[in-house]
This record gives sequence, structure tokens and C-alpha cells, in this order.
Amino acid sequence: MRNGTGDRPIGPVRLRAHHVRVFAIGLRFHVKALTHSVFFLLTSVFMPLLVATVAYYMYKAGNQPGSLLYVSLGAAVYGIWSSTLFGSGGAIQWQRWQGTLEVLVSAPTPFVLVIAPLTLATSVIGIYSLASTLLWGRLVFGIPFHVVHWVAFLVAVPATILGLGLLGFVFASTFVLYRNANALSNMLEWPVLLVTGMLVPLSLLPGWAGPIAWLLAPTWGVQAIREAAIGGTPWPDAGMTIALGLVYLAIGAVCLRHFELAARRHATLSLT
Amino acid sequence: MSSARLFFVGGLLSYRALFGWLSPWILIPTYVVAPIFQILLFVYIGRSAGVQSDEFYVIGNALQYAAIPCVFAMTNTIAGERDQNTLGAVLATPARRIPLFLGRSLPVIVNGFFVASFAFIVGGALVGISVPTSAVPGIAFVILVTAFACTGLGLTTAAVGLLARDTATLSNIVFGILLVFTGANVALSDLPGWMSTIAQGLPLTHGIEAARRLADGASFASVGGLIAAEALVGLLWGLVGYSTIRVLEWQSRIHATLERA
Repeated sequence: MRNGTGDRPIGPVRLRAHHVRVFAIGLRFHVKALTHSVFFLLTSVFMPLLVATVAYYMYKAGNQPGSLLYVSLGAAVYGIWSSTLFGSGGAIQWQRWQGTLEVLVSAPTPFVLVIAPLTLATSVIGIYSLASTLLWGRLVFGIPFHVVHWVAFLVAVPATILGLGLLGFVFASTFVLYRNANALSNMLEWPVLLVTGMLVPLSLLPGWAGPIAWLLAPTWGVQAIREAAIGGTPWPDAGMTIALGLVYLAIGAVCLRHFELAARRHATLSLT
Repeated sequence: MSSARLFFVGGLLSYRALFGWLSPWILIPTYVVAPIFQILLFVYIGRSAGVQSDEFYVIGNALQYAAIPCVFAMTNTIAGERDQNTLGAVLATPARRIPLFLGRSLPVIVNGFFVASFAFIVGGALVGISVPTSAVPGIAFVILVTAFACTGLGLTTAAVGLLARDTATLSNIVFGILLVFTGANVALSDLPGWMSTIAQGLPLTHGIEAARRLADGASFASVGGLIAAEALVGLLWGLVGYSTIRVLEWQSRIHATLERA
């Protein structure tokens, strides 16, 4: 690769540093941009609060107050999931609407370094949702928030954000080809919420849900956060969340490259 | 005659325009897959919490999902005109306003009816609830009235959509409020008093209650009051929505604010 003037080739070390810089700046930019979007914040914070409220009332009505922290943590992770899903669904579409998709695809910077920070930023924004859900549970429903393993908790939360953000990257990568694919992402909200055990113990679900749950980072992420907060062994779950995230990154990069080439070949980038 | 044509043909064309925005290959699965998983989610939460029967959640969520087509589509059929820059042209026509706006609600009601019915039948079959055959026509009628009531609320959100640009957020908020307040998943007796009081003025509340009683074997006559209340709530929301649209139309002509929101 050559530098901006086209004179001198960039070595692998500088190239790697350049990629890290592009990724970091992209992440920072998108987090700031999404923070300014009232629409995005409302959507990613409000719905998880409402679902959490319903779940709180259901568990209270069932006289299981001991389950409320369990539900509260699950609802908090749902907030990250909701934000990621909505954001990753829109990641490509927003660029298409703004007329920047073609420019980004034709830039010499690998497209993966443009889209991955955006999907990761959407899950970072989920922190607002996580905080507001836990706060809502504490203030409105009096759910005590005790963390048994603080260090593990502080690792589990970013690990979950990373895993979910990269899962969103897989979704976003497939959306290059389809104009309305972001609507499909809306459809995935309830199914993933169900099978990953965010609000329902996995042991209660039918057998077919198990293998699907194991392939999804939110399953391990919510387990890591719960075991760190309530007590248990959070580290294997946090490790699994990160490992799955890396697998998603590889899958997403391959898909993105493949679909990008297909869209270029058929001249459908902005028309599909 | 022209009013009838405007009501039926105009409404149908407006509904078809929704598919210009969203491919049927995406829209239809959204109406089919999402409600089933919403039902399954709350059925399993209910089992985990040890509260209420599966039937309670199947009926509550199937009917509540009528809010998606009824509120979202109704909002988009009117507020979407502004996004397409056609609202000014629509309001500049001398067409009578009642058939113009209400005609758009008819396909939405039918859509909401089919979505909720599908969710009720398939969701019920998946979790294995049994409803007396004699109750089915009554429940179908309740679903239709509930879809009407939700569409009335949708007309109001469409009117608000003329003031605020972000109709998707607005519709999501309305959907969420209906999920919490109407007793779809939490019995009104388990909600705080102020919430169950608000629920009385919302669509779905009385319809869901009527459908549950019918499924439990109550006679159609015994739930007549609930059905009438549901229809009345829908009518009132529809009137609020229609009146607001007319006021905003009038205001927009005076202040030239139609495209500004």
C-alpha cells in the first residue's frame, strides 16, 4: 500500500497502525454521532425499559422477588442487543440514504474497517440502556444491585459489548446486497431475546434452542455478567463471548468482501 | 359515488404504497415471524415466573401485535406522504376529508385482523392451548374490533406525525406502552392503580379481556360490554386523530408549516 502522496510504500507495521487508527477514530466518531441521535437513543433505551418493566411485574406477580436481579441483568443485556440490532440493521442503509456508501466502498481503506466500528459503536451505545435498565430496576422496583466479582463484571460488560457488536457486524455485512434488510433485523429481536436466555432460563426452553443459543454471543455474555454479579464462574463465559466475537469478525469480513464485490459487479450498490 | 371510490380505491392504493417502501418478502415475514416469537417469549417468561396460563399470553400478545400493522401502517399511510413530498398535493385536492383519511384505515384494519388471527392460531397451536370451537367466531369478532380500535389510535399517531418528523420512534413508543399497560402480559390487577386506570382508555385492554373470557367459556353476550368499550375507545381515538389532522391541515395553510416538521 502507498501513502497519501503515492510516493512511498507503507510498511506492514505502519499499515497495521494505520488500520488501528482508522478503527479507533471510526469507533469514536460513531459513538459521538449516535449519542447525538435522539431517535437512536430513545429506541435503544425505551423499549428495553418497557420489556424490563413487564418482566419485573410478571416475576413480582409470580412471587419470585429473588429472580428480579436475574431479570434486571438480562434486560440490561437485552438493551445492548436491541441497540446493536437496530444499529447494525441501519449501518449500511444509513450510508446508502446519505449517499456515502459508494464513496466508502471505493475508498482505499478496507471496508471492514469502516463498518465494524459502526456496528461496535451501536453496541457501545447499549451501555446507556444497560445503565438505565439497572437504574430503573433499582429506583422503581427497589431491586438491589450487588456485584460479587467486580473485576469479572468490569471485564464481562465490555466482552459482551464486543461480542454483540461483532455479531451485529455479521448482520450488517449481509445487508450490503439488500435495500430493506434492516427491516429483517427487526424480526430477529424477539427470537434472539428468547433463545439466548436473557429473560428466561435456558433450561426451560425446548431442546432445539440449546445449540442455537451456544452459537450466539449474547448467551455467553449474559451468563458472564450474571455470574459476575450474582456469583459463579464468569471467566469461561466471558472468554467464550470474546472468542465468538472473533469468529463473527472473520465471518463478517468474508461476507462483506463477497457481497461488496457482488454489488460492484452488478452495479447495485446504491440501487438494490 | 366519488366518496365511496375515494374511500375504497384511495385506501387500497395508499396501502399498496406501503409495499413500495417495504418488499412483501420482508413485510410478510415481519407480520408472521415476530408475533410468534413475541408470544413464545412471554409464554416462557410466564412459565419461568410461575404466573398465569399459556392461554393468557397467547391471547394477550396475539391481540397486542395487531398494534404493529395498525399503528405503524396507519401512521405511515398519512405521515409517509410528507416523506414522499406528496402531502401538499393530497391536501390541495378538493376531495372530502373523511373518505380520504378513513379510507386509508380500512385495509389497515383488515391487515391487523389477519396478523392477530394468524398469531393467535399458530401461537396457540405451538404452545398447545385449547379454545372451545364455539368461542372462535366471538374471538374473531373481538380481534376485528380490537384492530379497529388500534387503527383509531394509529390515526392519532399519524396526526402527531404531522408535527414530529420521527414517526418510527413515536410508533415504537406507542407499541411499548400498549405492551405494558393493556394487560397483554400482566393482569391489570397486578399493575399499580394508576396504570390500570390509564389502560381503560387505551385500545386492546377491553378486547384482550373479552377474548380471554370467551376462551374460558363465557358467552358472547356476557362480554358485549367489553367489546362495546373497546369499540368506543377506538372511535374516540379515531375522532381525536381525525380532528387533529384537520386542525393541523388548517394551521398548515395559515402558517405554511406542512413540510416543516
